Amino acid sequence: MKIEPELYKAKAKKAVNNSVLQNALAGLQERLGRGTALSYQRLPEGPDLRLKAHDIRSHAIEHLDILLGALADNVRQNGGHVFFAEDGQAAVNHCLEITEKHNIKKIVKGKSMVTEEIGLNIALERAGLEVTETDLGEYIVQLAGETPSHIIAPAIHRTRHQIGELFADKLGISYTDNPPILTQAARKALRKKFLSADMGISGCNLACAETGHIAVVSNEGNIRMSSTLPRVHVAFMGMERITACLEDYDILFRLLSRGAAAQNIAGYVSYLGGPKTDDQIDGPEAFYLIIIDNGRSRILADNDFREILCCIRCAACLNVCPVYGKIGGHAYGSPYSGPIGAVVTPLLFGINQAKDLYCGETLCGACKDACPINIDIPGMLITLRKKRAEGDRKWNVKRTNIMERMIFKIWALAVKNKKIYDFFLRMTGFLQTFFTGHDGTIHRLPFPFSGWTKSRNMRPISSKRFISGSKNIR
Amino acid sequence: MSGGAGRSGFICDTDPEFRLINSFSMGDEVGRMKTNTKKVSIFAQCLVDAVYPEVGKAVENIFKQLNIPVDCPGEQTCCGQPAFNSGYFPEAEIAARHFIEVFENSEQIVCPSGSCVYMVRHHYPVLFKDREGWLDRARNVGQKTYELTEYLVDVLGVEDLGAQYNGKVTIHDSCHAMRGLGIYNQPRKLINRVQGAQLVEMKDSDRCCGFGGTFSVQYPEISTAMVDDKVQNILESGADTVVGVDMSCLMNIQGRLSRLKSDVKVMHVAQILEKNLPSGPISALE
Repeated sequence: MKIEPELYKAKAKKAVNNSVLQNALAGLQERLGRGTALSYQRLPEGPDLRLKAHDIRSHAIEHLDILLGALADNVRQNGGHVFFAEDGQAAVNHCLEITEKHNIKKIVKGKSMVTEEIGLNIALERAGLEVTETDLGEYIVQLAGETPSHIIAPAIHRTRHQIGELFADKLGISYTDNPPILTQAARKALRKKFLSADMGISGCNLACAETGHIAVVSNEGNIRMSSTLPRVHVAFMGMERITACLEDYDILFRLLSRGAAAQNIAGYVSYLGGPKTDDQIDGPEAFYLIIIDNGRSRILADNDFREILCCIRCAACLNVCPVYGKIGGHAYGSPYSGPIGAVVTPLLFGINQAKDLYCGETLCGACKDACPINIDIPGMLITLRKKRAEGDRKWNVKRTNIMERMIFKIWALAVKNKKIYDFFLRMTGFLQTFFTGHDGTIHRLPFPFSGWTKSRNMRPISSKRFISGSKNIR
Repeated sequence: MSGGAGRSGFICDTDPEFRLINSFSMGDEVGRMKTNTKKVSIFAQCLVDAVYPEVGKAVENIFKQLNIPVDCPGEQTCCGQPAFNSGYFPEAEIAARHFIEVFENSEQIVCPSGSCVYMVRHHYPVLFKDREGWLDRARNVGQKTYELTEYLVDVLGVEDLGAQYNGKVTIHDSCHAMRGLGIYNQPRKLINRVQGAQLVEMKDSDRCCGFGGTFSVQYPEISTAMVDDKVQNILESGADTVVGVDMSCLMNIQGRLSRLKSDVKVMHVAQILEKNLPSGPISALE
């Protein structure tokens, strides 16, 4: 998909006025946001299990080089192929080579955000291949020519009425907005695709270094079919999506399922170990694992941001974020939206380019509480702002906002000297008389504060300040 | 930049629905004082000092009622939160040093704003993490800085201040106070003891009001959409008064209510706890 976080403000403005979207987002957050919090409470170990999960993930990230080496060895031992892709283009090119080598015509895909990140579908289609998304939400989005607006619920921005019209148009069924009938129609269309596909593409929730297999989680069973029915299976994984041993899955998948959909465990958890052996009836003839860096090494090398690699992409943070709840996923201009997107998108695609993503959040902290791994997303939003305020060579960040910088420089002079501080307040108190209405409140502030009074009144600075008027002043 | 590990998530016993609260600093442990003779220095919050002086006076009156000696350091300015949250760390550090110099000799420091306390207690150690001397001084100040309702309920063990207020009151839980400091029960306990006040819970009381500092000015459309949800929940609760523990959020809510010409009153918790209510509700007027 096209990465365009610079359109955040404009798209957000549109989104808040879209009542259909507002209803959909409110419903999503009401259901999943609260449900996830309750599901953490239901854990036999209690919500503190999140801290344990954080330890497991941190340990894996700290030993990423060793784990990835072991994973590659073990996948190859199981008869699979491994390719380390430095960037998105290398991953796409390698996949195209595989399609040529195996004479592929038709592809079915299980849900994978990393393939959205690298723009895989467009490249495959350009090469003349038929690509079908098989996750129901992704299928809807693909038929509509859109991009996913949520990491787990890609078509959350569409109503069943709109989906009914879309299916009537694209699948040739008569119009209905009845979800079971619509799902049945998609199922029928997708079965044909599964049976005729030469290649299945999947993502990877977490690979296991110890055994050399990947594990994928879904609620529709589509990933299992995509990865076992076609004769070739290609799995894409971000290089951080790995765990050391099988035991780690227990805690991580229980928390992933709770974070994603408030479930104790997802409907399908598949452990895929490579191509079928001679004594097996099912499974692909060939298995390829493409491990993608695409900017992750740079994140790994930075102590301030390394923790974000612990993310397991459950989207729990989207389901509680009050900003996501108002603007939806498309505003972020990236496959990764919501709080996790506000951190990952700038780190992967440019801190300057995506500045509205981390500046346009309120730091309310709901994301950290919802995160099954307890990742400090608010802290990283502040660190991204710091990079922008100070500039950073390593991240190619240019300091841009001269006026903001000036304001804080002057502010810093004032806060350390009470006389200057009081002088500024007196001056502001004088200037505000030009903006104060007959009723004694401010209805219109000048730039750069005008945003406030677009929708809110402001009380003026008092002529009788508290501290100087206090009898207890020291 | 983590607020530190520790407890993760707790259930507040006042909520029939099992309101779930985790907290990004995991809720601070605050010890009860055996004797409450310590002098309190009022850390007013710049917004209270300049725009809402009646809230500062209410805090003074509460301590007067309790016979607790207070002082109000005249040199205090701003804790540095606006600069820190915008990423201007050297500027925030200047404010933090000034704050520490002004307050470090105080016995106890009490502030009617949760986010400012969160700044001092949790962000100062981040700012000074590589400066040994200052780090100790910052921790020393952070340890004795309390949010008002937390100080009254958890430290002093006071819930009944003998106050009276006739009205239906609903509480907005400010993000940094609630998730950062674990403040949820304290204002509820205090309001439950106010004669004549009926506490009604609004939907999503713990959801951000959309203030977010510079966010409210730079992203006014998103901010307004958020505060409109908050306003709707306040109105649907049937309350005639909304209270909170942080004037920044209340300024946002009040500013929107005022623009919508609503007659719902906005007050800081301190104002409801004052005996005889001398200061009245916050209005858009001075």
